[in-house]
Amino acid sequence: MDDAVLRAEKLTFEYDTDDGELEVFRDLDITVRRGEVVAVLGHNGCGKSTLAKHFNAILLPTGGKVYVMGMDTASDDLLLDIRRTVGMVFQNPDNQIVAAVVEEDVAFAPENLGVPQAEIVERVDSALETVGMTEYRNHAPHRLSGGQKQRIAIAGVLAMRPECIVLDEPTAMLDPVGRAEVMKTILELNRRDGTTIVLITHHMDEAAQCSRVVVMEDGSFIADGTPEEVFTQVELLRGVGLEVPQTVELLYELRKRGFNLPLDALGCDECAAAIAAVMR
Amino acid sequence: MAVIRAENLTYVYGAGTPFERKALDGVSFEIERGEFVGLIGHTGSGKSTLIQHLNGLLRPTEGRVFVDDRDIWEDEKSIREVRFKVGLVFQYPEYQLFEETVEKDIAFGPKNMGLSDEEIAERVREAARFVGIDEESLSKSPFELSGGQKRRVAIAGVIAMRPEVLILDEPTAGLDPRGRREILGRIDDYHRESGAAVIIVTHSMEEAARYASRIIVLDDNGINCTGTPAEVFARADELERIGLDVPMVTKVFRELKRLGVAVNPAVYTVEDGVRELLRVKGGNVRGNA
Repeated sequence: MDDAVLRAEKLTFEYDTDDGELEVFRDLDITVRRGEVVAVLGHNGCGKSTLAKHFNAILLPTGGKVYVMGMDTASDDLLLDIRRTVGMVFQNPDNQIVAAVVEEDVAFAPENLGVPQAEIVERVDSALETVGMTEYRNHAPHRLSGGQKQRIAIAGVLAMRPECIVLDEPTAMLDPVGRAEVMKTILELNRRDGTTIVLITHHMDEAAQCSRVVVMEDGSFIADGTPEEVFTQVELLRGVGLEVPQTVELLYELRKRGFNLPLDALGCDECAAAIAAVMR
Repeated sequence: MAVIRAENLTYVYGAGTPFERKALDGVSFEIERGEFVGLIGHTGSGKSTLIQHLNGLLRPTEGRVFVDDRDIWEDEKSIREVRFKVGLVFQYPEYQLFEETVEKDIAFGPKNMGLSDEEIAERVREAARFVGIDEESLSKSPFELSGGQKRRVAIAGVIAMRPEVLILDEPTAGLDPRGRREILGRIDDYHRESGAAVIIVTHSMEEAARYASRIIVLDDNGINCTGTPAEVFARADELERIGLDVPMVTKVFRELKRLGVAVNPAVYTVEDGVRELLRVKGGNVRGNA
């Protein structure tokens, strides 16, 4: 009846510390719909990762509810189904590889889910193909580059055939080539299979490629919309210590100096075309 | 005057094994006293291998490294002295903290130099101030600190040795924008106040351009080009081809040029971009009048 893949309702999370209870967020509401690619922005400590961990029941709410395809993450019997539905990829590729051979690593999750052997082979093949790593199937993961390792980690998640993938700063430890490889893989996955993506990132150029951007600050959402809608709120983003893509920053500074320019030309070519039009 | 001089450095990993691989191939360059150099290059281009030669962690297969005009391998016993003069901060240095307190961790280097307790205490305070770690945190366990603070403590540990050259391998890796600005701002202040030479290794052309006065680009285990940021980034196309991150604003200017706008495409910060467009627009206005 509705196409919500992830839904948080009045989500609250607190934990105990030596100095008493610490509240990460209170009464947070968000819905992620099927096929969306949502970037979550915010500086370190704003609660992004804590939120992400609620989406596949690594953490459970201390108040409110989180639903994954309508399944309440707090119900124990649904845990396996929830983990199968939402796959997670973390920041450090080295901490996510479990096997000594690439294809065995990718097969790890379906093996644990009790998928029949013949189907495992099929899933591993297709997952490796999706991330463009088929030719490395017999390689040792530790000899791969960071970007390749992250693609293997994504393939491992894909082999579970998830509805949604949550990636927590998957490119933070990668070089520009590795970052581009991972972004291309994620976007392709979404376009081809309609996989829902939640991407936590510090890179504004990555967020600019998503269909929706939400910004977290001190455990609440302060902006939510298309990249154009969010990134044009330059003062708001700067106010919380975030950057805007350089294209928007350039347009913003030029507008302040009287140039008649739009603010929402996010792409480099689009931005250049807008500027060229007023330079003539 | 050069504080470091590398002559024809060549380094081969796993020589004589099936994994033999040349990581550096005939690299020569100089680092001037007090200079701020950005060393950029894609993963596997030899950046980390190169900097480990500069304080004698790796011994060149061929070629020589001079620090203060002395071949660092001339007398193997004095290699320790070189490590005090050329301080190296590794990638993710926060994983290398090990002491009970922040103070002890920062003091580790100076202690090894055999300094007096008073001298050590003074250097620890000075280094902590440079990186923005307050007095109160000195008595804490490093493991009580946030990731960004831990990294600053690790950098302070090297600064406390008052090296003539401070080398940092991707000091901003994995940090958020605020953390990146903070760390780089601190390093910039340190460079200006201490007069030490600083080398930062980075993937980011923008970071290199903003802080360094000279850039060295590594590719295929050799030096691809070196020069001021303006000279180096004038070759943005080629840098992109060798796997470097070209700033969005540089791409915008390249496209503007292609569209026939008379801009200088060697722009790599937003401020420069605004200035350049104002210059061109100003010219146009006068031209039209």
